[in-house]
Amino acid sequence: MSRLQSSAVELINGIIARYKNEPTPLLMILSDIQKEYGYIPLEVQELVSEGTGIPVSEIYGVVTFYSFFSLKPKGKYIIGVCLGTACYVRGAQNIADKFIEVLGIMPGQTTADGMFSLDALRCIGACSIAPAATINGKVFPKLTVNQISGIIEKYRALGGAAK
Amino acid sequence: MSNRISTVEQLNAAREFYGDVLRRRHTGESGHRTIVTCGGTGCISNGSLEIKNELNRVIAERHLEDVVHVHQAGCFGFCSQGPFIKIYPEQTLYRLVKVEDVNEIIEKDIIGGQVVERLLYVDPITKEVAARAEEYSFYKKQQRIALYGCGVINPENINAAIGYDAMQSMAKVLTKMTPQDVINEILLSGLRGRGGGGFPTGKKWQFAHDIKSDVKYVVCNGDEGDPGAFMDRAILEDNPFSVIEGMMIAGYAIGAHDGYVYVRAEYPLAVEHLKTIIKAANDIGLLGENILNSGFNFQVHIRLGAGAFVCGEETALLNSIEGQRGYPRPRPPFPAVKGLWQKPTIINNVETLATVPYIIRTGANLYNKIGTEKSKGTKVFALGGKVNNVGLVEIPMGTTMRELIFDIGGGIPNGKKFKAIQTGGPSGGCITESQLDVPIDYDNLISLGSMMGSGGAIVMDEDNCMVDIAKFYMEFIVDESCGKCSPCRIGTKRILEILTKITEGRGTMEDFYRLQEICYAVRDNSLCGLGQTAANPVLSTINSFHNEYLAHIVDKKCPAHVCKNLMEYYIVPEKCKKCGTCARSCPANTISGVLGKEPFIINQKKCIKCGMCLASCKFNAIVKR
Repeated sequence: MSRLQSSAVELINGIIARYKNEPTPLLMILSDIQKEYGYIPLEVQELVSEGTGIPVSEIYGVVTFYSFFSLKPKGKYIIGVCLGTACYVRGAQNIADKFIEVLGIMPGQTTADGMFSLDALRCIGACSIAPAATINGKVFPKLTVNQISGIIEKYRALGGAAK
Repeated sequence: MSNRISTVEQLNAAREFYGDVLRRRHTGESGHRTIVTCGGTGCISNGSLEIKNELNRVIAERHLEDVVHVHQAGCFGFCSQGPFIKIYPEQTLYRLVKVEDVNEIIEKDIIGGQVVERLLYVDPITKEVAARAEEYSFYKKQQRIALYGCGVINPENINAAIGYDAMQSMAKVLTKMTPQDVINEILLSGLRGRGGGGFPTGKKWQFAHDIKSDVKYVVCNGDEGDPGAFMDRAILEDNPFSVIEGMMIAGYAIGAHDGYVYVRAEYPLAVEHLKTIIKAANDIGLLGENILNSGFNFQVHIRLGAGAFVCGEETALLNSIEGQRGYPRPRPPFPAVKGLWQKPTIINNVETLATVPYIIRTGANLYNKIGTEKSKGTKVFALGGKVNNVGLVEIPMGTTMRELIFDIGGGIPNGKKFKAIQTGGPSGGCITESQLDVPIDYDNLISLGSMMGSGGAIVMDEDNCMVDIAKFYMEFIVDESCGKCSPCRIGTKRILEILTKITEGRGTMEDFYRLQEICYAVRDNSLCGLGQTAANPVLSTINSFHNEYLAHIVDKKCPAHVCKNLMEYYIVPEKCKKCGTCARSCPANTISGVLGKEPFIINQKKCIKCGMCLASCKFNAIVKR
């Protein structure tokens, strides 16, 4: 517990308090922590366990089950390559392969400088603009392999800019 | 702040008032023209918000505020031609609009009163220019029931919804019908679950109705995980109140006072619109205590998914709401007996619930005239893949796949040949050329080895490899199998391994037989729907494209030239202009030749099959073979 800063403890306890009237709030608590704290490490899970009375083993089970929850911090820019069917039949695998090549990481990983995370998404419902990818929620339509390096460079140049 | 609506009289007055606002806007009686922009996810990512801002900027700059107003509505459905703007009262529909076009639209159309011809749609089949939506072949065979109001009303404005018939069905239910009347009406309508299974909705409600319990729940399944399907997202984004009203009616019918909408977290816009409309409905008294002074109470809560496909399975969804891993539960007990928090629960899909108010409003006897004998009404499909007109399509049951793909969908782009259409996503299968004239309904699709599913319809052309597609779905299933039961957890993994072997050219006939054996084992022994249907994409492609599997296994060839180990890029010497562009584009330095003198050649042993050379050649001298 000592590894968490007091501000983090306060944030997480605040999130737990938000749902104290809900019968089964675990997923809502974890979603908010993922969104506001960025990831859900073991120390945070212990805190949630203390606040809710749910055993930490069960919380760990839930965190590792759902793909939205992450045990490690995500990069500043989260790239999601859509690998839904409509994108796939229009060549999304080549787009994903190019991101893997340019960033040097596999889907689910984060670059060493903490700048980029790469995720393979299953259909973002933007089938008319396939193949598509998202970076921090912004949708890039009708991607071609040649565009990828340029997009990454642009975000890299933004560097320390806020999300 | 809106006034509270506490009685049916107040509701009817509000409907008349806001309906009139909308009608006057559409007919031009309002004294000004109206530009409606599309606010669907596809159009937004193509810049529709910027277009809206630019319209407002130009209108302000030219002081045209009294001449034209700008509004935003939900998805127009025809996503591949977006962003759209529609101008009332003429109903002119401009497509593929860019920010740069705004000035011309204002100048020529709004001020000059002339249509901007170059932004009109040209039908790819008839080559005719269409100025209005009803002239589009894309819209002609469609009938909007589940998508009622989508693309017409502002989805975040409860008054707009009220003006467009929202709450009329609920008022009818509360004043004129008993719960059993409601169930009878839904039974009579023939409505079946639109999430894929096709279970009669009225029967589901009857089970829950007949069980005595102080607390019951209505759950809306908005965990639309089927890759390539986005109809539920569109309904939740574009007319969220229709789903809320469907839940209220269901709640009244079974005796529930709380509803939960479970939505994918991947759909932020849908969540936002739902939250807005639920809050607005509470503010004016359409949700909460004593709705329309009837004594009936109902409240709707939102729960977000966290990225697990299996949660679309209804019992897994219940576990997820209860804050647990999304594991399916064994049945019985069915959710109608012991569901959410062990209380009787009905779980209906978004599209099903959105259809309910329409049925109550127009009457089951009108609704059940639409469709086929055993599948009534309409179904929304998300038409995508290798088809000209990508978008959301709502068609009466009984329409054929051929009409869907070639009349509504406008056929296959780039003169390619149709190969198959996949429905039912990772639980479904492929329908081929010879089966295209079968009318679409639940039972026909199952007899073709596919299923209705939630409504994804992905078209594939001759450039798609069916073994690769089967492998794609199996990768998805392996990722998403929850791991609870071993047939699904282990079986799908083994299936994927064999498919990978085949696509890499290492497959044997023994593998092929074992593949089918494992498929049947997974189908027959899995706990939930996910596993029971997981092998469908494989079995269906084996059934329809047997020779394509054999080509991979015996001839070591991929006929569609997709599987990288079984194809090569080749420079046709007679066509090569000896320009060297391909050699410069090659990241692996495998292309050699003499500029202007000798045709270039690819060193097949070093080629990484990235396809850069093919894309770079302007003379079509490079082919896949």
